[in-house]
Amino acid sequence: MNGFWVMLRREMAMAWGRGGGPLLALTFFVATATLLPLAVGASPARLAAVAPGSAWLALALASLLSLERLFERDYEDGTLDLLALGPVPLEAVAFAKGLAQWLTNGAPLALAAPVVAVALGAELRLVPLIFISALIGGLGLAFTGGIGAALSLGSKRGGVLIAVLVLPLFAPPVIFGAGAIEAFAGGLDWHPALALLSAYGLAATALGPFAMAAACRNALS
Amino acid sequence: MFQALANPQRFMDFSRWAAPLVGIIAVILITVGLWLSFIVPEDYQMGDTVRMVFIHVPAAYMAMFCYACLGGASFMGLVFRHSLADAAGRACAPLGAGFTFLALVTGSLWGRPMWGTWWAWDARMTSVLVLLLLYIGYMALQAAIDDEVKAARAASILALVGLINLPIIKFSVDWWNTLHQPASVFRAGGPSMPPDYLWPLALMAIGYMALFGSLWMVRVRSEVWRKRANGLALQAAG
Repeated sequence: MNGFWVMLRREMAMAWGRGGGPLLALTFFVATATLLPLAVGASPARLAAVAPGSAWLALALASLLSLERLFERDYEDGTLDLLALGPVPLEAVAFAKGLAQWLTNGAPLALAAPVVAVALGAELRLVPLIFISALIGGLGLAFTGGIGAALSLGSKRGGVLIAVLVLPLFAPPVIFGAGAIEAFAGGLDWHPALALLSAYGLAATALGPFAMAAACRNALS
Repeated sequence: MFQALANPQRFMDFSRWAAPLVGIIAVILITVGLWLSFIVPEDYQMGDTVRMVFIHVPAAYMAMFCYACLGGASFMGLVFRHSLADAAGRACAPLGAGFTFLALVTGSLWGRPMWGTWWAWDARMTSVLVLLLLYIGYMALQAAIDDEVKAARAASILALVGLINLPIIKFSVDWWNTLHQPASVFRAGGPSMPPDYLWPLALMAIGYMALFGSLWMVRVRSEVWRKRANGLALQAAG
């Protein structure tokens, strides 16, 4: 257990230490959202209709950004070999990496999501739900994304490949996350969507590390 | 049967005559099925376009069947480490992607006269589109890693992740669709299928299966040959 906390602290420090941590993802998130009014027109009525949904779309895209470095860095400098030989099981290492990805990327993005959504014209009463759904959804995005990151180890086209592998798997969290907000905005019952979103996030958290560890062992063999 | 055929030599002996035989069966079934589908009477509602059913529905069915085969081959490859299972997965993906693409294209061509639109974000269409993306991801991953064994294992893991995710995606898309309440472009209910239509549909479905089986064996054979050729080339290079 001690090894796990060391891993988690290390991953957090690495994420913040080099490359400014979540700043890149946040900037990308804001930049994507900025292009939306330019693409569909700035009329408030039109923007307000798509605001929560497009905030979720930008969130899914922004959470892809730092995935490439999640395993690649350790794979290239040989740290992953040592981790695989060490006393902490590779599954726990993968879990720590996924969790760190969520804490350093998903959580800041979840804080930014309501701001972006409101800037695009979402109503203020949606703010708490947008934050919560982005936070819970981020868990699913981090752990599903981690599988793609681990699988693409050893390939030459890291970033784009991860996006191709992972984006189809992002369909359920995007549907449930945006669905909860839309249901709430429409005065419908939003609990089922949020429950399903949480279920997806927890299932990804529980199963993802095993797939990640298997993929890492394969890349290292 | 799987145990016996896992031996590459035995598989090669078996598929040498099985692949062409199944292929001939496929040609006969599809020919008869196509002929029947052209002589069945028109549908009173859909007119001549009803004939699309016989090409479209089996393709959509095969799109999912191929992914099940891909998942099965990936599981065998990961758990039992049969090299033939890796070859089978590799050989299966483009066929499945082909059937999925055929299902999407024929569906789109059919949608134009029947619903007046090439594409609707209907639950079923959306999840088939995601299925196509999963196939493409599998092939992209396999192509991106140089080491063949590693590529096969990584792609197998992805296929199993996709296999777990497919029902979730299907469910979520269905759920999303009921939430959105789309304009009802689909005729509600409709007549249950008369036996006139059932026969060509069944023949086409079995024909597609046979076609897939035959092509699959041919592709696995060529994988085995390719590996042998690579081995010989390495030997010759000393």
